[in-house]
Amino acid sequence: MEPLLTVEGLTKRYGRRLACDGIGFTLDPGEVLAVVGESGSGKSTLLSLVAGEVAADAGSVAYRLRDGATRDLDTLSVVERRALMRTDWGFVRQDATQGLRMAVSAGGNVGERLMGVGDRHYGRIRATALDWLARVEIAPDRIDDPPTRFSGGMRQRLQIARNLVTAPRLVLMDEPTSGLDVSVQARLLDMIRGLVAELGLAVIIVTHDLAVARLLSHRVLVMRAGRVIETGLTDQVLDDPQAAYTQLLVSSVLAA
Amino acid sequence: MNAPDLASATVSAGTGYNFAYLDEGTKRMIRRAILKAIAIPGYQVPFAAREMPMPYGWGTGGVQVTAAILGAADVLKVIDQGADDTTNAVSIRRFFTATAGIATTTRTAEATVIQTRHRIPEAPLAEGQVLVYQVPIPEPLRFLEPRETETRQLHALAEYGLMHVKLYEDIARHGHIATTYAYPVEVAGRYVMDPSPTPKFDNPKMDDCPALQLFGAGREKRIYAIPPHTRVRSLDFEDHPFRVQSFDRPCALCGAEDVYLDEVVLDDAGGRMFVCSDTDHCETRRADGHTGEAA
Repeated sequence: MEPLLTVEGLTKRYGRRLACDGIGFTLDPGEVLAVVGESGSGKSTLLSLVAGEVAADAGSVAYRLRDGATRDLDTLSVVERRALMRTDWGFVRQDATQGLRMAVSAGGNVGERLMGVGDRHYGRIRATALDWLARVEIAPDRIDDPPTRFSGGMRQRLQIARNLVTAPRLVLMDEPTSGLDVSVQARLLDMIRGLVAELGLAVIIVTHDLAVARLLSHRVLVMRAGRVIETGLTDQVLDDPQAAYTQLLVSSVLAA
Repeated sequence: MNAPDLASATVSAGTGYNFAYLDEGTKRMIRRAILKAIAIPGYQVPFAAREMPMPYGWGTGGVQVTAAILGAADVLKVIDQGADDTTNAVSIRRFFTATAGIATTTRTAEATVIQTRHRIPEAPLAEGQVLVYQVPIPEPLRFLEPRETETRQLHALAEYGLMHVKLYEDIARHGHIATTYAYPVEVAGRYVMDPSPTPKFDNPKMDDCPALQLFGAGREKRIYAIPPHTRVRSLDFEDHPFRVQSFDRPCALCGAEDVYLDEVVLDDAGGRMFVCSDTDHCETRRADGHTGEAA
């Protein structure tokens, strides 16, 4: 099967510092890839490069579009790229205030993408929003509340609903569970796992939490100082780490 | 708008100022912006707005557009909330009488240039007339997207989904589209535009209007336009179509129906009456013998 996403030689420098050094991987449809590593290892930069939010110094990102053609994202026009990001891709941010419109109600947040692709029927938009709020376990009577009145966990769930409403095939997640307390984290992870399986989403999830990687991902990419140290199936890498750094990372997890 | 008579245009009206206050170089720059705005209906053209001898928010943009298009033979009408006799309207009329020596009027039909704040006259406009709007905030997407770089991109790519998010919020909160002024319109099937804080009651008058409509925002330094006979469509949802306000009574002075009314408080015991916001329209009707219940 042809991969959904093919990343080759992605490199980004900030001045003399190398944030990402020649990173390459492929992602199949429905596959969940976790990018793990300590703070400052270049995980979030990698995600920004893949999403095209930061211009890479070298390397390419190719994506298989819905019509089956694989295109280098650099060759897409701004219009095509923005349409792709709005419909076929999702981006769940670490900081929900970056990923949501905080002054707009939950329903408006979920409906924005629908209106962006031309839906002009209020009743239908609202019904879809209600459906998605239910799927991310937000009570229907909160549909008209702005996310400023939501807890951290609810905000993340709302972000997920807002991204999934157009049925994307690829979702990028940047530390979606950080800053949440453990029980809320567990519930959110459970929900993400359910949705990913149900919708057959391909996901790149950046996390420093190996438990998140173990729970959600099929494959793991271990990063350190801008380089990929080790990559492989999640169980394989976490149970039998080969690289010294990965061994250190795995052994520094506290057993509950 | 009559073609400026260049011989008299540069002659000051005895005030020490150039004709219509602005220097000819500035007028030329503003006219270029106006021409571009007419060529791209609804597109906000940046221009180098000058300091005017009035505070921002009092119509510095409209005054500059008016100054740039006035000719010696023009007849100017200025309205503020529909009225010819409010401070802002009187001051701007006097300003151009003093600096350009042109004729002014309060009669819509007699004017060649009408500068307005917040209303479109009730009397239908005709070909050859120019309506100049004073605009405080030209960007319809501003309150949803604060970044100017982003709003420009949204306009360039005609990505107007965000505008509907605003209307969605209205319906979600109030059960209907509660935006009553500065109601966004789509011009000539392309650009979404803020019609300035006119009541949405006036939006239908913009559509296929025989007069030229120019919009000037002084503080924000933008000019935009609707050429004569251009399609102007108010945004809405399929199941919540655009509707204008309706009033359950006629004007108390002239008995006019289907006009925009102002509420006037009469005393401190709850007395009030509703009268035409367009004073010229009301006076014309009364002169023609129409009377309302309070007249």
